[in-house]
Amino acid sequence: MSRRDRRFGIAGRTYLGLVLFFLYTPIFVMAAMSFNASQFYRLPVEWTPAWYVKLASNQVLISAGVNSLLIALVTTAIATVLGTGAAVVFFRHRFPGRRVLQILLLPPVAIPWLIIGTSMLVFFFWTGIGRGFHAMVLGHVALALPYVVIVVSARLSAFDIQLEEAARSLGAGPWRVFFRVTLPFIAPGVIAAALFAFAVSFDQFVISYFLAVPGFSTLPVEIYTAIRKGFTPEINAVSTIVIAISMLLLLVVARFYKFGSIR
Amino acid sequence: MAAVAAECVSKSFGDVQALNDVSMAFADGGFYALLGPSGCGKTTLLRLVAGFDFPTSGRILIAGEPVDELGVEKRDVGMVFQNYALFPNMSVEANIGFGLEVRGISKSERRQRVGETLDLVKLSGLEGRRPHELSGGQRQRVALARAIVIRPRVLLLDEPLSALDKALRVEMQVELRRIQREVGITTIFVTHDQEEALTLSDRMGILRDGVLVQEGSPDDIYENPKSAFAATFLGDANLFRGTADGSAVVLEGGDTLCASGALKAGPATLAVRPEKMRVLEQGGDAEQANKLQATVSQRIFAGSSVTYILDWRGTAIKVFAQNDGSRIAEPGARVVVAWSREHTIPVMP
Repeated sequence: MSRRDRRFGIAGRTYLGLVLFFLYTPIFVMAAMSFNASQFYRLPVEWTPAWYVKLASNQVLISAGVNSLLIALVTTAIATVLGTGAAVVFFRHRFPGRRVLQILLLPPVAIPWLIIGTSMLVFFFWTGIGRGFHAMVLGHVALALPYVVIVVSARLSAFDIQLEEAARSLGAGPWRVFFRVTLPFIAPGVIAAALFAFAVSFDQFVISYFLAVPGFSTLPVEIYTAIRKGFTPEINAVSTIVIAISMLLLLVVARFYKFGSIR
Repeated sequence: MAAVAAECVSKSFGDVQALNDVSMAFADGGFYALLGPSGCGKTTLLRLVAGFDFPTSGRILIAGEPVDELGVEKRDVGMVFQNYALFPNMSVEANIGFGLEVRGISKSERRQRVGETLDLVKLSGLEGRRPHELSGGQRQRVALARAIVIRPRVLLLDEPLSALDKALRVEMQVELRRIQREVGITTIFVTHDQEEALTLSDRMGILRDGVLVQEGSPDDIYENPKSAFAATFLGDANLFRGTADGSAVVLEGGDTLCASGALKAGPATLAVRPEKMRVLEQGGDAEQANKLQATVSQRIFAGSSVTYILDWRGTAIKVFAQNDGSRIAEPGARVVVAWSREHTIPVMP
């Protein structure tokens, strides 16, 4: 290693260290405090599972968690199927307006969720769709769809269309071609896209907040409500569980989706 | 197995006319080459026969039946792609068996037919491999096996050997011909490699700018090219332009050449193959009808043969000579290049 490399190495490592520090320390602190007996963050940590036990009897948070999970799963299923279909159509066919439609997918990713949430609330009210489970699923699917199309399209761009032609020349119809040839190839992208869709829905606060109805809300909404009433380490506990599940999901994503390149 | 015919087929993509009124018959069991430079429409014609695209006008017949209503799935054709297009997620056996599976053939029969086909392409024992674990030549064989195992009516090959290196290509040419003979299937082969077309095919068609320029057996087209393009694209040719007078052509500068056939009066073009010409010393006995005085500007010695580039009134003439012991002319030498009347072919300009 030359001196120049080493100097760069030190700067680079410091930078990396800082990034990791600021990203992960708050999370670790929260996780540690969820096990701390003291409500007021007193150190040293006195380890106890008390807050988790208390959480287990908090029906509001638990049912909100079940709602979140349910909405996320339904959203994932719908958004993944629709988004993958759209990506395949964009890939296979050149039709008028294709480029426009592709570009139209991007702004919703950039528009602040607060604004999208407000417009959805207004629109759903105006059309009579209203609020609640169905409205949340509708909103979440709309939000997750662009992510799915973008992630699946990235994987499809490495797909050789001649593979489909080869399958067709061997007598396979469109469904068989898709399920036997195209889908196995894009599967890593589809799985990654599904996990993105799940994350978009499960993490969603603003839209869920707007579309929640009394008696039906999601975990982020209930956490927010709980914090407003007064902070308890129960929130730390539920957050730690959510973080653990999210990390697990992302590890699965990393298994299937290599950033920047195709596995 | 079946005969194929293209009848007055035209195909345009937007403003681009890819094929223009092409008619060609492919007899049952024959090995046909479609030859031409890139963009000449040869792949378009192949894709129309396959059923990936449909003609703008005209029709394609397989076994005498028009197939315009049938997509590629229903045409029962075997196709081999330039980059093989093997299914990366499937083993060699699953790749080859795919077409049989689609046809609902039982697992045991599938296994047996895949085995037989692997024997035919000499790949037995590689059933469990994935495409990425195979060499280029092996992939080629798997692609071929996958196309023929379904016993298609027609085998279509789209530049199948162009991704292989030279030695492997020659080996695969021999293999391809052997397999085609054994299976006896009507085969249409697209290539831009004239040597490949010459050695492999029973008959060939030369395309240029979407038009079928000439069709015939390789030796017929080689010996009797109808156009300057056919003469120069298939093999080497020296072209002479002049004014026809009976069967003689007066060149610029006054030399006269005798052509193999009668000519219409007016401007004419003659083609002569380089290997049909002899380079003789000045005053050497030349009984041949056609003689030109020229200067050697280059000689390229290749052991068994010598290539001469001669300068004749500022025009280059190429001559291939066998190294038969006669003296090799050196650059700068004044020589006579001579050839016979029957090798002087009138062509369209």
